[in-house]
Amino acid sequence: MTVPGPSPTTAPEEPPLPTVVDGPADTPVRPPARRNELLYFALRNPKVVGAMVVIVGLAVLGIVGPMLADHGPNEYAGPTMQPPSAEFWFGTTMFGQDVWVQFVAGLRSTFLVGILGSVVAGAVGMTVGFVAGFRGGWVDELLNMLTNVVLVIPGFVVLIVINMYLGVRSVPMQALYIGLFSWPWVARAVRAQTLSLRAREFVDLARLSGVPTRTIIVREVAPNMYSYLFMTFVLLFGGAILTAASLDFIGLGPTNAVSLGLMMNQAVQWSALHLGMWWWFIPPGLGITLLVGALYIMNVGLDEVFNPKLREM
Amino acid sequence: MSLRVDDLAVHYRTTRGDVKALDGVTFEIADGEIMGVAGESGCGKTTLGKALIRLEHRMKHVRGTVTLDGRTLPIADDHAMNAYRYDKVSLIPQYAMSAMNPTRKIGRMIRELVTSRGVAYESVQPELERRLRLVGLDEGVLARYPIELSGGMKQRVVMVLATLLDPSLLIGDEVTSALDVTSQKAVARALVEFRDREFVRSVVVVTHDISVLYQMADTILVMYAGRLAEKASATTVIDRPLHPYTKMLVGALPKVGERYDHARLSGIVGRPPSLLDPPTGCRFRERCPLAMAKCQEQPEFREVAPGHQVACWAVA
Amino acid sequence: MRTYLARKATIYALTFFVAVTLNWLIPRLMPGDPVQRMISRAGVQHPESIGPLVEYYENIFGLDLPVWQQYLNYWGSLLSGDLGVSIWLFPSPVEDVIARAVPFTLALMLPAILLSWVAGNWMGALAARRKWLDNTVLPASYLLTATPYMWLAILLVWGLGVVAGWFPVAGGYDFGLRPTMTWSFFLDLLHHWFLPFLSLFLVSLGGWAIGMRNLIIYELESDYANYLSALGAPQRLIRRYAFRNGLLPQITGLALQLGTVIGGALVTEVVFAYPGLGYLILQAVQNADYFLLQGALLFVVVGVLVANFVIDLVYVVVDPRTRTGLQGATA
Repeated sequence: MTVPGPSPTTAPEEPPLPTVVDGPADTPVRPPARRNELLYFALRNPKVVGAMVVIVGLAVLGIVGPMLADHGPNEYAGPTMQPPSAEFWFGTTMFGQDVWVQFVAGLRSTFLVGILGSVVAGAVGMTVGFVAGFRGGWVDELLNMLTNVVLVIPGFVVLIVINMYLGVRSVPMQALYIGLFSWPWVARAVRAQTLSLRAREFVDLARLSGVPTRTIIVREVAPNMYSYLFMTFVLLFGGAILTAASLDFIGLGPTNAVSLGLMMNQAVQWSALHLGMWWWFIPPGLGITLLVGALYIMNVGLDEVFNPKLREM
Repeated sequence: MSLRVDDLAVHYRTTRGDVKALDGVTFEIADGEIMGVAGESGCGKTTLGKALIRLEHRMKHVRGTVTLDGRTLPIADDHAMNAYRYDKVSLIPQYAMSAMNPTRKIGRMIRELVTSRGVAYESVQPELERRLRLVGLDEGVLARYPIELSGGMKQRVVMVLATLLDPSLLIGDEVTSALDVTSQKAVARALVEFRDREFVRSVVVVTHDISVLYQMADTILVMYAGRLAEKASATTVIDRPLHPYTKMLVGALPKVGERYDHARLSGIVGRPPSLLDPPTGCRFRERCPLAMAKCQEQPEFREVAPGHQVACWAVA
Repeated sequence: MRTYLARKATIYALTFFVAVTLNWLIPRLMPGDPVQRMISRAGVQHPESIGPLVEYYENIFGLDLPVWQQYLNYWGSLLSGDLGVSIWLFPSPVEDVIARAVPFTLALMLPAILLSWVAGNWMGALAARRKWLDNTVLPASYLLTATPYMWLAILLVWGLGVVAGWFPVAGGYDFGLRPTMTWSFFLDLLHHWFLPFLSLFLVSLGGWAIGMRNLIIYELESDYANYLSALGAPQRLIRRYAFRNGLLPQITGLALQLGTVIGGALVTEVVFAYPGLGYLILQAVQNADYFLLQGALLFVVVGVLVANFVIDLVYVVVDPRTRTGLQGATA
């Protein structure tokens, strides 16, 4: 399973992302006109719009849903093992908990872990990638080694070990751990992009004028990659959600919060499958599938928006 | 063979409308003639070159005909054109350096290509090796991957490959643009030699570098903004141009021995017009020093002297 | 080529080193006395084993020794193949417990990975040919790849197992049977194997299809493809070249996806209570059997490293650019 990434281009360098988005490569950045143009196309792209509707819809559910509920997700709110009804939209669990309330609470923590995890992974990956690509030399070699090692280590299993010993008490901690293992592909991709941008004249100019590396990266290199970086975050978001769900499912997630993975864990543990309590295990998985699917599709749409070549096809 | 192009117009489809890249050109090339097509970027010369062999998916054939050896080329029909490609019309592309599959040995790729075109590889292999030697390559290159060759070597391989089936018409699209001067000379010479040995019958050389054309072409066709400006023998175009644009183009060429103190290079002020919505009449009139009222009407591309055609009202 | 492989080997050696170090380090990051904590948390079945266990662990942990010596001792026992004793399944040595589970996981993962890769690539290539195919294959693939592994497993268990009753829903083989080398036992194994395999296969399929489709489109736009078209080569030939070139990054992609697929296999086994490494890990977690868990981790790491190396070898064979001494496309 290759993670769907920006459209096909530098296939060789970054396998998870078979392509490189051609940012404002040849023309200098003309901020106002460009941004409006991008927005214009973004709002007219059916994939982007459709996906945004789903994502925002689920987000709203996650934010507003728990607030509107009259009982908590773990409270015993009604009769046990009830199928969906007017009173309990998603029915009740083995213990009489409201599945709907659990669902919207789970959505909340899902979004949280997704955002935090992607921020952590993105920050680490981009820093490593930029510095490695820009500095080159032994710094590059060293960071490459680091990237490759973290890449090869089966992060999921290590996460299990970490969670076992050190315990995960909160969603932010979980997001941190996940982020620390998901950044290698970002570093590789960003490094490749940086390498190609580094050779540009405007960067040479900045270096000659003695601007420090950090400033050059932030002010000259990164702006040319904004679109690419944005799409990277979207992918990281989706990935973090899936990883967190798997960890929760094994029972290694934060136990103080309800999460969609935990719901599935409990459903399976309490024989919901054999008892046919489909309302308990279908919604959480469906929610994740819809959310992550929407994110991926939005990414494809964004690729068309950012990459004019695809647009006119 | 001869090539006859009649009022050929090819536009590009874009989201903002049709770009009239090639807007009605008419000319002839005789058997064995090397014709250069020169002009600024965006004048339509590459579109012309492409249109003669393969329309890309955003190009559309608006009007006009192309006749090769008396037969009309079905340029608008991609599938029907296949019969003519490589066999009758061939191409040395602008991207010759990356024109070969990087993961196939060159010999194998050529074998698969000619076989797929219905030609037995064994029948062309001796000739292939002969021609490789002719351009200074060892037949060992056939056993190598493209990545193992230098840029110049790849260019030469592509030249041999393109002309392997002895096409009637060879189109060279910016074949010298990526090379240093010595290589340019070698390539120019090779093309002329190919024509002399009748590996190819006629050649169209598309380039923005008019000085290279002077070295190798029999005639030069100067284009501007999708239309033809002037066509004459190479020496005539360089030494005695008539169209104001050609004059300025040639005037912009540095001459060996000229020094900055003695004579400045003259450029041409302004930029070519947008081809999305081109101006009526002569498209050069905005930048032309000789522009008159009459120029609001498109001048005809007509013969003003034997073998010399110009599209300009200022030329009698 | 030698530098390419040497480079990879160095990375793997380093990774192994890091993994082992992590494995040794993490328990020591727990606050308090690790041995007491482990014993008290453990699901010890026989009270009389506590004494020897404590002694054993203190020995192993060597808490009275200086840290660097503890570390070296750990390496020592590791290299002699001693992964410790399982707490939960005392007194079985960890290696034995793992060895029993590994065949099941391999039987699940290897066919699922390989078949999904082959089928996915084929589907992706197909999708790149016609617009209508593209419009069906692509959304389906995105949906599949967005599906969490365990959820599809759950759906299959419920749908094809419980509701339809076509397949068993738990275990590697029927609980009433004893493992024998008979045909009927083998069929029973297969019967239990199918749903977990299908689950892994389907989710992984989507990603490969999407990747290949994108790669082929990219290859079809490349200069060599354009040139072949200009020379009148049939689409058949061009597509063949594009497909073959697209396979290269997909091979590297295999290595990169290993981590994800392992995670997927783990949770899939949990849903099916399939007696592989994943299920074992879950039980180790639930029973706080630290040694078992660490042994399993090391085993997975070694497996991943070996798989990576094999894939690198395959890549060298398949991409001529690595062999000519220049850096391969994804070195």
